[in-house]
Amino acid sequence: MSNPQQRKQMSVLDRLQRFLPQLVVAPPFLLIVFFVYGFIAWTGFISLTNSRMLPTFDFQGVQQYVRLLAMDRWNVAFHNLLIFGSLYILFAITIGCVLAVLLDQRIRAEGALRTIYLYPMAISFIVTGTAWKWILNPSLGIESYMQQLGWESFQFDWIVNRDMAIYVVVIAAVWQASGFVMALFLSALRTVDEDIIRAAHLDGASTTRIYFGIILPSLRPVFLSAFVILAHLSIKSFDLVVALTNGGPGYSSTLPANFMYEMAFRRNQIGLGAASAMMMLATVAAIIVPYLYSELRAKRHG
Amino acid sequence: MANPKTLPGANGKRHLFGRLFIWTLLLAAAVLYLGPIYVVLSTSLKDLAEIRAGALLDLPHELNFTAWREAWSSACIGVRCEGLRPYFLNSVIMSVPSVAISTLIGALSGYALSLFRFRGANIIFALMLFGCFIPFQIVILPMAQTLGYLGIANSITGLIVVHTIYGISFTTLFFRNYYVSVPQELVRAATMDGAGFFRIFWHIMLPLSVPIIVVSVIWQFTQVWNEFLFGASFTSGGAQPVTVALNNLINSTTSVKQYNVDMAAALIAAAPTLVVYIIAGRFFVRGLTAGAVKG
Repeated sequence: MSNPQQRKQMSVLDRLQRFLPQLVVAPPFLLIVFFVYGFIAWTGFISLTNSRMLPTFDFQGVQQYVRLLAMDRWNVAFHNLLIFGSLYILFAITIGCVLAVLLDQRIRAEGALRTIYLYPMAISFIVTGTAWKWILNPSLGIESYMQQLGWESFQFDWIVNRDMAIYVVVIAAVWQASGFVMALFLSALRTVDEDIIRAAHLDGASTTRIYFGIILPSLRPVFLSAFVILAHLSIKSFDLVVALTNGGPGYSSTLPANFMYEMAFRRNQIGLGAASAMMMLATVAAIIVPYLYSELRAKRHG
Repeated sequence: MANPKTLPGANGKRHLFGRLFIWTLLLAAAVLYLGPIYVVLSTSLKDLAEIRAGALLDLPHELNFTAWREAWSSACIGVRCEGLRPYFLNSVIMSVPSVAISTLIGALSGYALSLFRFRGANIIFALMLFGCFIPFQIVILPMAQTLGYLGIANSITGLIVVHTIYGISFTTLFFRNYYVSVPQELVRAATMDGAGFFRIFWHIMLPLSVPIIVVSVIWQFTQVWNEFLFGASFTSGGAQPVTVALNNLINSTTSVKQYNVDMAAALIAAAPTLVVYIIAGRFFVRGLTAGAVKG
């Protein structure tokens, strides 16, 4: 067919052709390796030094972490994360799930309603925070409106209340994310096998029982996905607090992400900021790594 | 779901009550979701005297666009009194290249990772995927230094670089999961016909990819436009994106609070992503749920 020399040339080209996929993936992969994993290592290292205004390489072990865990500001932030994270996940999933089930009842205006429930997800946290800050401000917002309507004793001053400010963040965050959970559940509800439901009806099961007994349990993976996504979003939450309460009153509504920013950019405590960032990463990784592992494994075998 | 005709109580009073109950809940929810945007919009159209009178939920007496004009072109943010416009343009200049470049890179790497299952492809994908979830606080300190080394600190160019890099994880995920469902025989047959890696990508895969390109572009645009942490960490003054400028405007304590201007500014900052969402909501939802639902 062809002489040996031609064949050899072909095979060089062939080989290049064969390695092209690797060559194409290499640059973006190396970017991620450097800018994600390299930077994590850098931040991890800085968290073990006594860097203040500028990074130094003065190794001092886990001193920054010891300082961090002893700081009231950090403990408030972490405690807030537990409150915020659990309520945010709980309410966003409950509301999203209920809305999805209701929308699944052959509602004529489904498209319009879905658009309404989901639009908050398209706007930035800064805008959401701005809107809710205005609505909830006690002097001109919803509180004074209710009082003007004649409900003199109406009180809703959470946004300026040290003990309640973090719950305001929960309200705004749930408002923003519950439509997203609704969309997740709705698309999963559409894949539920109709035959099983029909069979259950023939057996005389009520709609409620079918939902609680058959459909919702079959959506377990969606609950898991929603949980994982919301959990990691709650750990990353930063902008909403900045726009809504700016961490206040005092530092009563800060989250770890705000703590990190404060230390790193305002107080020249780079080492401490790096340590708090590592704590955030560890929290995210504890949730994400097992999830990604099981997802990717299941896909490979399935 | 099941045909309603076969549901128990599909006819008669119970059914009617059921429908009424469902509709009440759905409409109440719609009111709660629309409430904030209504309040923001109506406040932006009122004058300050009307706002101070305190009727938060009332419609404005007359449509007054002064606050919009001021928010766009003359409100003071920091020391500059040029409104949101320069920052809005910053965000446009920042979004367009970072969305385009990260989508292109994601398309190529997703293509290579899904249809050429070379050894290690899955591990590489998993390592890249983790980049979607990291809290960006973990990278801002070294990134601030790196931008300084590169001489692009406090610049829109710097933000373009940052957004492009951290967008790659998402765009790779989108395209990889999309191409995984393309039969590998297609690639094999094209290879038999003598088509190379890039020719297959250009002539076969890209024409198939329009929906996922739209998903990726919308997702990246929404992310980049709405992003705050990078903008606040790496820029100040004239290089700030619109989210940072908006936050500075809202939280400025120097002058008399002009709530109507604040609200108009918030709507201006939200407008581009809202418009995209209303026009192409279907693709937006697909971006949100990509990778979240198995299969």
